[in-house]
Amino acid sequence: MTIEQTAVDLSQRHVLRRAFSNASFVVGLAITLTIAIVALVSLFWAPYDVTKLSVASRVQGLSWAHPFGTDHLGRDILSMIMLGARNSIAVALVAVGIGMGLGVPLGLWAAARGGWIDEVLMRTNDVIFAFPSLLSAVMITAIFGPGAINAIIAIGIFNIPVFARVARGGALAIWPREFVLAAKACGKGGFLISAEHILPNIANLLLVQATIQFALGILAEAGLSYLGLGAQPPMPSWGRMLFDAQTRIAVAPHLALFPGMAIVLTVLGLNLLGDGLRDAIDPKQRRTL
Amino acid sequence: MIVYVTKRLVIGLVTLLLASVVVFGVLEILPGDPARIMLGMNAGPDALEALRQEMGLNQPAPVRFFQWLAGLVTGDLGRSYTYSSPVIDLVQERLVVSLPLALISLFLSTAIAIPVGVFAASRSGKLSDTLTMGTAQIGIALPNFWLALLLVYVFAVGLRVLPAGGFPGWADPVEAIKSLILPSISLALPQAAILARVTRSAMVETLGEDFIRTARAKGLPRRKVLWRHALRNAMIPVLTILGLQFSFLLAGTIIIENVFYLPGLGRLIFQAINQRDLIVVEGVVMLLVASLILINLAVDICYAIVDPRLRIGR
Repeated sequence: MTIEQTAVDLSQRHVLRRAFSNASFVVGLAITLTIAIVALVSLFWAPYDVTKLSVASRVQGLSWAHPFGTDHLGRDILSMIMLGARNSIAVALVAVGIGMGLGVPLGLWAAARGGWIDEVLMRTNDVIFAFPSLLSAVMITAIFGPGAINAIIAIGIFNIPVFARVARGGALAIWPREFVLAAKACGKGGFLISAEHILPNIANLLLVQATIQFALGILAEAGLSYLGLGAQPPMPSWGRMLFDAQTRIAVAPHLALFPGMAIVLTVLGLNLLGDGLRDAIDPKQRRTL
Repeated sequence: MIVYVTKRLVIGLVTLLLASVVVFGVLEILPGDPARIMLGMNAGPDALEALRQEMGLNQPAPVRFFQWLAGLVTGDLGRSYTYSSPVIDLVQERLVVSLPLALISLFLSTAIAIPVGVFAASRSGKLSDTLTMGTAQIGIALPNFWLALLLVYVFAVGLRVLPAGGFPGWADPVEAIKSLILPSISLALPQAAILARVTRSAMVETLGEDFIRTARAKGLPRRKVLWRHALRNAMIPVLTILGLQFSFLLAGTIIIENVFYLPGLGRLIFQAINQRDLIVVEGVVMLLVASLILINLAVDICYAIVDPRLRIGR
């Protein structure tokens, strides 16, 4: 355990303490945890089986039996929202994982090597950024076939340059620091230094970006599944539920209300969490961000 | 200034060229024969061969790439198979819907966001600031197509003052504008929320600087300092986000035009993808990418206008 690593641990403890005294972080964490728990519960239990259709109980209003009503196929909206949470979170989370898993090493590599490798990687990034991400995601899922897996890939691809850029920017700021010079003097190579010294120091930065991308992923997944390109029935998805609700908006507006609120709440929770985290990491910027 | 603009222009062109390689490449490596995809499984070999000939599919990929590229430069985007008309004509037809939609949305979001952001920054830390930014947080989390559904419910189903969808054409400008109001608000509000936050944070930062205190100290009215001195200096991040938002607007149209059944570019590309009309897809995507690069170039030039320090140096 080297000196600089203990310093990092300490600062991270500080960050956590500051985070928990930040209203935005606490509210965001509470919302996010609630939705995560709902999604986890849906793995084992939901009030009704959403694969069972029941014509007799279709398009019902709110009742004790169905707190959020039922849809045009008689499925319980609450159960569908619960399963939809699982779908949304799974897609956005794996997409963030793809972005981080590939983007962060690329960014670290670019920062460590510099020169033409950096130049090539960053210009490639620019090209990917030149494509409107949601449009390209629509193209990918439509061409390779709709479904949750392709939605994950389509959203994940556009997370790669985001994380590469953040990791590179953060790493470039750390490289000139003394402890990196010391590690260099010890004969450590670019890979070891990146993994042992750079990465822990930009972890906070990456975490904040992850919450932002997570929120954007939820919105993107909802958009894709609204267009029929996300998870396929019978797996419920919030976007799909909104699509189904659209034609019945005049007779059953509550069908559109709850899935939309679920999306807003999830994205809001993640954004608040990210904001609070950012304030906690850099209190100096608190007033400006 | 000229060096700066030239450099940006070259970077933009290189990005565009690389993007065209990507678009062509992606559609090239797609499994299956485009001719077969277009004609379906029951097509006879003669028809397939004829279409391949017509599309120039028998030539090697690099040759076709350069032919396609040359076409792009001269404005010839090829012929759509499903619509059997030139892609450029289709684009023009759809642009009269999508362009006004994007412009109205951009105007709305800027017109809402900048005053709101400046207002919040001027009362930084007070209750009105917290409330405004809290509302903005909710705005950011709104999926635009859900907002669209809510607006349709209120204004089309409930109040019956605006159409729920469709586009009557520009022959009747009043009806045409009316049919674009709800789509533009759906696109603009979530964008405005983001922009308002960025404006606020940039303004708060600028308001803390010395020259603002100097301006106030020499007796300039608060209002003038806020709008003239501070806002101009806070414009750089605002412009950056505005440029990025154009990308979101373009992507947003693909969903919003589907919600409102507007015959715009977004709907054209969505239908083209579903019908495997790859020539249309290639053409429209390149057009969108090109406009995005152009917007970013314009943003870069605006930087230099807003901040004279950038004109030299870089």
